[in-house]
Amino acid sequence: MIEARGLTKRYGDTVAVDDLSFEVHAGQVTGFLGPNGSGKSTTMRMIMGLDRPNAGETRVNGVNYHDLSWPLRDVGALLEAKAIHPGRSAFNHLWALAQTNGITKARVHEVLDIVGLSNVAKKRAGKFSLGMGQRLGIAGALLGDPGVLLFDEPTNGLDPEGIRWVRNLLKDLAAEGRTVFVSSHLMSEMALTAEHLVVIGRGRLIAEMAVCDFIAQSSRQFVRVRTRQGELLTRELQATGATVVPEEDGGLAVTGVPAAEIGVVASSHGVILEELSPQAASLEEAFMELTHDSVEYGASEPSDRDRLIPAGK
Amino acid sequence: MTLITPTAPTTIAPVTRPARSGHHHWSGVLASEWTKMRSVRSTTWSLVVMFVLSIGIGILATATEASRWAHASVADRILFDPTSLSLTGLLFGQLCIGVLGVIVMSSEYGTGTIRATLAAVPNRPMILAAKAAVFTALALVVGEVISFLSFYIGQGFLSGSAPQATFGQPGVLRAVIGGGLYIAVLGLFAMGLATVIRHTAGAITAFATVLLILPLISQALPSSINDVIARYLPANIGVVMMTVHSGFRSDAPMFSPWTGFAVLFGYAAVAMVLGGWLMARRDA
Repeated sequence: MIEARGLTKRYGDTVAVDDLSFEVHAGQVTGFLGPNGSGKSTTMRMIMGLDRPNAGETRVNGVNYHDLSWPLRDVGALLEAKAIHPGRSAFNHLWALAQTNGITKARVHEVLDIVGLSNVAKKRAGKFSLGMGQRLGIAGALLGDPGVLLFDEPTNGLDPEGIRWVRNLLKDLAAEGRTVFVSSHLMSEMALTAEHLVVIGRGRLIAEMAVCDFIAQSSRQFVRVRTRQGELLTRELQATGATVVPEEDGGLAVTGVPAAEIGVVASSHGVILEELSPQAASLEEAFMELTHDSVEYGASEPSDRDRLIPAGK
Repeated sequence: MTLITPTAPTTIAPVTRPARSGHHHWSGVLASEWTKMRSVRSTTWSLVVMFVLSIGIGILATATEASRWAHASVADRILFDPTSLSLTGLLFGQLCIGVLGVIVMSSEYGTGTIRATLAAVPNRPMILAAKAAVFTALALVVGEVISFLSFYIGQGFLSGSAPQATFGQPGVLRAVIGGGLYIAVLGLFAMGLATVIRHTAGAITAFATVLLILPLISQALPSSINDVIARYLPANIGVVMMTVHSGFRSDAPMFSPWTGFAVLFGYAAVAMVLGGWLMARRDA
């Protein structure tokens, strides 16, 4: 379990993290979502005892990180890709970390095996690709078999195969009862991996909720219909209580009735349908709508903010 | 590059809560720092270059002196210090140990491994002390080996042509041991600078300024000022520590070898304590 209470971090006049409080529970993947520059990495570094908050505190399993006896056995973290000496082998990098926490050589080989780096364990890490660097970072996080895991943008630099592997790994770790806290700036990624969300923008908490609630709350579900008899179909659908909104390209966005019902209505009035497809507004759009007020480096002025909302909203 | 095949993460052991027994053991943290130090090529290469340069220059210096001893002036013969001459190479070796002392610390910041290190051991003074202990021990062993080898080889080159030093003579053993001690503590001082500055280039510049540039500035100043500050300069302390004849080669008054060593140790301690104080307060 991870707790943050009133966490605040300032760099000069810039407030990177602003009175942030949240909890991350065991047994599920919790996504830490926010636009670039919203303070996710800073927050994670404060949890790991690397950066000192100006106010507030963080706790891991109920204690301050500095009070953990063998931190790697309680908390594992992947904070940045390729944070490793380029001249040191993957094995020696992990072995040096293992020695400080009384972890065996056998476990080092085990985690190298888990991330699929066994056959390059003796190679200098400077030769590693970004993806291999990420795998090595993940191996470091797993080293102490910790109950709490933090991953900062773990899929960066990975190929599709690697991304799927990370997703499954995160889910498996959570299924084993661990606390898994993973940051991302991509809602779509979190929708596939996380069960719970902590959403921040400009260092402030925007939402803390289950992913399914977020989806239910945010997504507009509708059916897109395309026909040359639009007026007739609109009239008949409205008669059944549906809402029909014409789209720019001539299609109709229908809400209030399921697709099958629309097909029945169309058929009974001899309307020929060219398209009948259920749609869900993308989570990415919902996320952007949620955070557009707090995008640090937005493309437009706040007064102009409508432009930040994707077309169709 | 070898193809990486992801393995299904089914082999992860079930979560076990370790007993909260004790804190980090020094042995583990020291062993970890030794692993880090020996597992990068920069350590090996710095030490190899240091070894070859120091001993090679010692050979050059003693062989040259042996060949021209017959023509040396009376003044030269009176001031001749065969011990100091055979250790000349350490004046070059001191640059190598300084660079290594800087890199050992600054590479952690340059590569970002400092965050992994501090996540594993949140006790920052402990990490710094362990790193300093391992590096100083390594520097001391290498420094003493080079110092004694330079002495033996140098006296060998002098034999037959010029006077030689033996450990039976007063001050000789002290000067040879002093060479290694100087190397070790100077390296620790460089590491302290790197802990404060955290950047390789900046720390090496600071080290080179203190070691090489300050003596030049000091010599260019009026002798009334130079006479006061020259004895405090690390490079001068090193020369005195490796010299048997007191006052040899110096225009300005110097500390005695052991007082100088204490002053140098003080510099290293101040740099390390300041570095540790900053490290405990700064974000990693």
